[in-house]
Amino acid sequence: MREILQTMTEIAAAPLRYARRLQSETGKRSVGYVCSYTPEEIIVAAGANPLRLFGVTGELTRVDAHLQSYCCSLVRCILESGLKGDTDCLAGVVFPHTCDSMQRLSDLWRLNVTTGFHLDAVLPVKLTTESAREYYFDVLRRFREDMERESGVEITPGDLWKAYELMGQVRSLLFRIYALRCAEPNLLSGDDLLTIVKASMIMDRRQAAAMLGEIAAALSRETQEVTAFPGTGKDRKRLLMVGGVCNHPRLHGLIEAAGGVVVWDDLCTGARYFQDTADKTQGDTRETAAREGEPLRVIAESYLQRAVCPAKHAGLTSRAERIVSLVRDKGARGVIFLHLKFCDPHAFDYPYLKTALDREKIPHLMLEIEDPLPAEGQLRTRLEAFMEMI
Amino acid sequence: MNEHIDRDRRKIKAVKKMKEIMTFYYIDAKTAADNNKKVAWITSGGPVEPLIAMDIIPVYPENHGAMIGASKMGVELCEKAEAMGYAGDLCSYARSDISCATVNGGPIGGLPKPDMLICGNNICGTVLKWYEIQARYFQVPLFIFDTPFCHTRFHPEMRRYVRTQVDEYIEFLETVTGKKLDRDRMNEVGRLSVAGQRLWQAVLDTATHKPAPLSAFDAFFHLALIVTLRGTRQAVDYYEELLAEMNQRVQDGIGAVPEERHRLLWDNLPIWYRTKWLSDKFAAHGACLVADTYTSAWCGSLRYMDENDFLESMAEGYTRIYLNIGVDEMARMVGEMVDKYDAQGLVMHSNRSCKPYSLGQYDIQRRVEAAKGIPSLMIEADMCDERNFSESQIETRIEAFLELLGERRDMPRPM
Ligand code: SF4
Ligand code: SF4
Repeated sequence: MREILQTMTEIAAAPLRYARRLQSETGKRSVGYVCSYTPEEIIVAAGANPLRLFGVTGELTRVDAHLQSYCCSLVRCILESGLKGDTDCLAGVVFPHTCDSMQRLSDLWRLNVTTGFHLDAVLPVKLTTESAREYYFDVLRRFREDMERESGVEITPGDLWKAYELMGQVRSLLFRIYALRCAEPNLLSGDDLLTIVKASMIMDRRQAAAMLGEIAAALSRETQEVTAFPGTGKDRKRLLMVGGVCNHPRLHGLIEAAGGVVVWDDLCTGARYFQDTADKTQGDTRETAAREGEPLRVIAESYLQRAVCPAKHAGLTSRAERIVSLVRDKGARGVIFLHLKFCDPHAFDYPYLKTALDREKIPHLMLEIEDPLPAEGQLRTRLEAFMEMI
Repeated sequence: MNEHIDRDRRKIKAVKKMKEIMTFYYIDAKTAADNNKKVAWITSGGPVEPLIAMDIIPVYPENHGAMIGASKMGVELCEKAEAMGYAGDLCSYARSDISCATVNGGPIGGLPKPDMLICGNNICGTVLKWYEIQARYFQVPLFIFDTPFCHTRFHPEMRRYVRTQVDEYIEFLETVTGKKLDRDRMNEVGRLSVAGQRLWQAVLDTATHKPAPLSAFDAFFHLALIVTLRGTRQAVDYYEELLAEMNQRVQDGIGAVPEERHRLLWDNLPIWYRTKWLSDKFAAHGACLVADTYTSAWCGSLRYMDENDFLESMAEGYTRIYLNIGVDEMARMVGEMVDKYDAQGLVMHSNRSCKPYSLGQYDIQRRVEAAKGIPSLMIEADMCDERNFSESQIETRIEAFLELLGERRDMPRPM
């Protein structure tokens, strides 16, 4: 398992190097994407590898000519990597509709970056009505046609079912790993878990599924051993992390050093990627739709059902309810909000989520960060103070 | 000419009438409950016509935001929102309105309570979050009119989706009010809406004359009716009168600024708490902001609207508006405006509050500069939150820009 983690760490640290290697070794091209609402199943079905972009880390030199400083650092870093030509190894990039900043990133990418093809998937913003469902399905249908055109591959229903199954496997393995570690946080450090999630969004999904399978098996073996000797590190304070993208390889280390441990999350680079999609989509709908022969309907449904991102609408209180129940279910004692500065959708939700947590007497801490991370000393002090409080 | 007489001559007479209409409109809205009328809060780009046809009073939090900004109450209300936990870099209309609702503060003592909320996301994603917040606060039904973003095209499935929502919207209104929509009345309102937009366009078009009889600063003010009372006879009557006045000014050779030397185009929302200051700054150098992308957005999708089949054409008309299209298309439209109004420079407000309007501006700037060979000025500010306005810096930049324009003007034009 150490070996697998090592490989995944390398991949997560240099995704585009991985894309080049994958292409030279297997001929498989990667398609970049910027948000977890991307219908990865369709990319996989087209024989390509969906690769989530997080943008450059380090100095930004080109993006200032295109984006103001009051745009979130995720969007700025992604555009910088495109402008630098880092992404030229990709077959193309997909932009699902999310927030106002991503929306403009798509435009600026299309107009300024030379990387392969450029596709938009203009998903609905509200997910609660029948017509929105229908439109979601239409968008996926168009996306399939777009992918066929760009990749020159015909995508059959069989391909889609296979891709759906593979993605389902990746997602449910991630769920399993989360569940094992939630029960016994000492199994795996938070930073390692984040690495596993990120690598799974980058790697060839078949390879990812194999590695995740091994990790899950190793963890369940260890779980038995750990429970045989209970009491190790049980004093660490269990936390839920809520926010957008977590892209800081050392953040969990700091939390753990301060005496806490994140046991579950509601993050785009975390449980929102797999949770409900892994739980609900198998079974009934799948069989009915299989008879009707429309995998895209099932895929659309899985995205409509998943844990919602605040840039979309799935009811007025659904996020608060979900977060409170996650705290309860996972036995967390507090919540850490992890927000990127200038991220509107999350910032608008914060006061109401905060009120909901206050009502339930669940302590919380807000970390508003930018890439690069603020001084660790400052973070450490805030984290320590929070752990003391709960 | 005597300065006072000159200033009087340049005053737009319709201003008084507009103030009256808006005062009555707000009194009407604030006493709606007493008169058994329902109030809907609606976004500035939202589909208001069915509300008018059903006698529901539309109220515009964004218009309220503009009033808050203009009366310099933005900072106080924004700070209050920040104390409630809202980040300081969120849209200042949203911040002001959200905190204002809890204290009934602001220039008119708060907006009348809504019976329902109508959110059209064709302008931004901010309004979705903002209206969710207000729906939780006021505990009233929310309708989301979801208009997919047109990066490059308006696809058939987008049309289908939005068209279906038009029906859902009407159903929603019928449920909330317990009344049926009168289709004849709806057709009439549709016609009036298109007529109002045409007149608004005609008013703005008078600025193609030299000197321009009105400037963007005037347009910022006279815009209120096409936003709030679009679809009413009152708006049509008002803009007819305003148009007549503008035409008269053209005939009499009365310009918005005393001596029009430079014609400029404004991009983005106004800086509400400094419109007078800015207007004086530009006018002092003989610079007239002859047109802007903001006020023209309320007639920009006229070409998609069909006055004889309003409900059908609404889907496209409300989806393909200025902020719901790609950056290249926006740049193309700005370029067209440069030609139409014969502008010699572009003034862009990089508005921290409004990401869909501002992100992409640098590219628009470069594209328009290259295509039209005109210089541009970028002002960093915010429409309501004065804390983001640095007077001395902006003053220096405006002066340098106007100097540059002066030099260019004196240079022989390349053929
Ligand atoms: S949702 Fe937030 S973090 Fe994500 S791209 Fe949009 S603004 Fe940035
Ligand atoms: S100013 Fe911009 S962000 Fe704010 S409501 Fe208007 S369009 Fe939306």
